[in-house]
Amino acid sequence: MTFQTEQQLKDKVRHVRRETLLLHRRAPETRVASSLSCVEILVALYYGGILKFNPEWPQWEGRDRFVVSKGHGSISLYPILADLNFFPASELEKIGQSGSFLGSIPDPVIPGYETINGSLGHGLGVGCGMAVGLKRKKSSSQVFVLVGDGELYEGSNWEAIMFAAHHRLDNLTLIVDHNKISMLDFCAEIMDHSPLDEKFKSFGWVTEDVDGHDIKQVNAALSEFKDIHNGQPKVIIAHTIKGKGGGALENDKLSHIKSLTHAQIDILLEVNDVSN
Amino acid sequence: MSATKNKTMRDVFLSALLARMGQDSSIFFLTADFGSPVLDQIRNDFPERFINVGIAEQNLINVATGLALEGYRVYTYAIAPFITMRCYEQIKVNLSLMSQLRKMNVNLIGVGAGFSYVVSGPTHHSLEDLSIMRTLPNIEVLSPADWVMAESILDFSLDSHQPKYLRFDSQPAPAIYAEDSKPFNKRGFNVLNAGGTICLAATGYMTTQAINARNIMAEEGVEVAVIDIFRLKNFDAVMLAKTLSCYSNVISMEEGFIGKGGLDSLLLNLKNDYELAFGLKSVGIGDNYHFELGFRDELLEGYHAGIKSTLEIVRELI
Repeated sequence: MTFQTEQQLKDKVRHVRRETLLLHRRAPETRVASSLSCVEILVALYYGGILKFNPEWPQWEGRDRFVVSKGHGSISLYPILADLNFFPASELEKIGQSGSFLGSIPDPVIPGYETINGSLGHGLGVGCGMAVGLKRKKSSSQVFVLVGDGELYEGSNWEAIMFAAHHRLDNLTLIVDHNKISMLDFCAEIMDHSPLDEKFKSFGWVTEDVDGHDIKQVNAALSEFKDIHNGQPKVIIAHTIKGKGGGALENDKLSHIKSLTHAQIDILLEVNDVSN
Repeated sequence: MSATKNKTMRDVFLSALLARMGQDSSIFFLTADFGSPVLDQIRNDFPERFINVGIAEQNLINVATGLALEGYRVYTYAIAPFITMRCYEQIKVNLSLMSQLRKMNVNLIGVGAGFSYVVSGPTHHSLEDLSIMRTLPNIEVLSPADWVMAESILDFSLDSHQPKYLRFDSQPAPAIYAEDSKPFNKRGFNVLNAGGTICLAATGYMTTQAINARNIMAEEGVEVAVIDIFRLKNFDAVMLAKTLSCYSNVISMEEGFIGKGGLDSLLLNLKNDYELAFGLKSVGIGDNYHFELGFRDELLEGYHAGIKSTLEIVRELI
């Protein structure tokens, strides 16, 4: 885990997008659009010097806890975990196959994942429990939780948002992948919950809005928040594009439930900004 | 034999837990804004390991999950229907599923078994919990019949690193076990009275009802056996089958819906699995809710689940 230059981080982003598309090519049932919107966030966390982790000992007590609450939308974390040797890269070839631990919704059977995924609105509350536990243990480890904006419709999040502020969980950073699209429509059409920053502020959180596809901004916000301990939980609202780098999927309101064909993926890999 | 002091399960259990919190810094207590006099003392003595999460049962379970994953032994506390049904999916995802992959000691203390919050009406009655909690893998279901049993579950709850549902009655009641005894065992049941050809196999409050029915029959010169079943999963099925095989008829008694996965289903499956010959009757709550006020025993009689109804069934079987 080392700090990488901006160019190196950008290269990682491109690599992860490519690998995510390749994973989707092998397993079309994966949620590719929401996995593409959070690539910069994941790259910053794992390569930008944010998370403490140990691939040889995923449950290492000194690690930071990264709860991927939007688990179905984190297929893009698979190539990162493989690249960092949490598991052999050869496992990526087996995604979706019988006997593989890489499915379309990751669970802690995959080294590096902390919690059960697939049902939304759980990760932040669990992260709050971890944050309280770490504080009581006087641990310097921190908790990072990634949620989707559609996921914020689950009321359990707001129970946790109140809880985190009341208990001054300044070792907790929430990242919202704010791609503006839920499953069937734009969030603004389903039930407009913007502006998110004002809501979090009124609940007592420190907030920062970033361009979620600007790796420098994402990394800077995460670095900054990692060092702020003022008795408030922190949220980074990352404005992203659902399906980023996925051609026709970008900003398609139904992108969540759409798959790319092999031909579409091959073209993207050759000509698009995800090409090497 | 029988003691006479009326106590609530929660006061006794929480007092014993309070004592252990002083010796064991891994114990964490969470309540969903549900109290007791002992709880005030836990809050005062251990403010670092006590949190009232507010009336927010979903978050109660999620926070408990995070703490358990950090190695704490967690106790969560709320009224029975709310700590089971309001957060059922949190329990499924974060306790039932998760504990198959990670060791987690989370104890869900639900107060208000069956009709025990009798005047609060059907939202506060807990008639579904036995069956719906039994359906979740990796979760223990413990249903003590009195405060002595409730207290003796404490050691097991601390030592067993898996999620558990502890179903406590809300009302003070006399003990049925000797006050200084430790009636809990991993076998999961105790034979309180053996003999005769009919066995009342009961759980929770119904164990007291079974004992009363048994005493009435004894006065009439008829021996009836009573078994208290307090561990509704992971009990010693071989031993229970062997014990019940001595009887021609078994009557299951639970203060919960029958025919839906509770104690009667447990016994029916046992009978089937071990090819036992006994006849099985179910005493419990039929398929509807109850809005009208009444004493607990009146409500039970209304469902043909009171002592009078139980005696009628017993007399028919003699």
